Amino acid sequence: MAKFFLTLCLLATALTGHAREAPLAAQDPALEARMVQIASELRCLVCQNQTIADSHAALAVDLRNQVLEQLKQGRTDSQIIDYMTARYGDFVLYRPPLKAVTYVLWFGPGVLLLASLAILFVVLRRRSRMAPEAFDPDEPDGLAPDAHLR
Amino acid sequence: MRYLKFLLPLAVFLGLVGFLAVGLKLDPKEVPSPLIDKPAPSFSLTRLDNAAQTIKREDLLGKVWMLNVWASWCVACREEHPLLVEFSQRKLLPIYGLNYKDTRPEGLKWVARFGNPYDASLFDQDGRVGIDWGVYGVPETFIVDRQGVVRFKHIGPLTPEVIRARIEPLIRQLNG
Repeated sequence: MAKFFLTLCLLATALTGHAREAPLAAQDPALEARMVQIASELRCLVCQNQTIADSHAALAVDLRNQVLEQLKQGRTDSQIIDYMTARYGDFVLYRPPLKAVTYVLWFGPGVLLLASLAILFVVLRRRSRMAPEAFDPDEPDGLAPDAHLR
Repeated sequence: MRYLKFLLPLAVFLGLVGFLAVGLKLDPKEVPSPLIDKPAPSFSLTRLDNAAQTIKREDLLGKVWMLNVWASWCVACREEHPLLVEFSQRKLLPIYGLNYKDTRPEGLKWVARFGNPYDASLFDQDGRVGIDWGVYGVPETFIVDRQGVVRFKHIGPLTPEVIRARIEPLIRQLNG
């Protein structure tokens, strides 16, 4: 199943590799621009690394039309995003929302970076306070093969 | 202390391998549905075999039922179909089909040729009901309880394991 979709996506990419934009669906350029802006925030679930703005999958076309239709009805961007997440979950959002289950995702890398900087700082400070005798003296290469035993 | 220098990186490495091993087994195509334990989306569609007869969400309240999303153009649906036909013969629960973005003649030809496991198929020509159900990869299978709450979703073709390990126990639990 997954392989089938992958093949389909690859085929679609190969056939449309000439940077052809997805066909316009609206006559009104302003509305079209808003539609594309919302659609580029949404993940296409068939070809998962594409937004529904640049995917050619049939579902992406349907969802773009859905966005357009709702814009014409005067719904706000956030109402439309809510409509999509109610059906497809937070996974459709390219920018995951900040909430309890995504704290690790949002803050994990920063916490890891700070933790490793703190460890580096502690190690370097400890070493700077050690007496010079605690370190192996510099030896020319090739000499004192038993140096590591000391 | 001396060994720690060697064991610590090894432990970190093994931890990383563990995460990667789990990550390899996860299927990114299996997106968890936000519909689970939520009321099933409302719908009102005509039957595939009878354009004059409409089936609504409310008509199905009071029974545990299965919704199987299919289409005549869907290759994986054919793969799943014999299993579904066999499952339907055991009459564990009513099975409703959602004929997704198909045409009536093609859909009818398909069930006539490969067998009809469905109590009825709902005809969703433009895929709007499919979107409401969060359908993105046909076939998909849902189980809805008596109160009209979605209790289970499977993406992709059903397998004997899924039916045995997930669907049968759930039907027993919901009917029990």
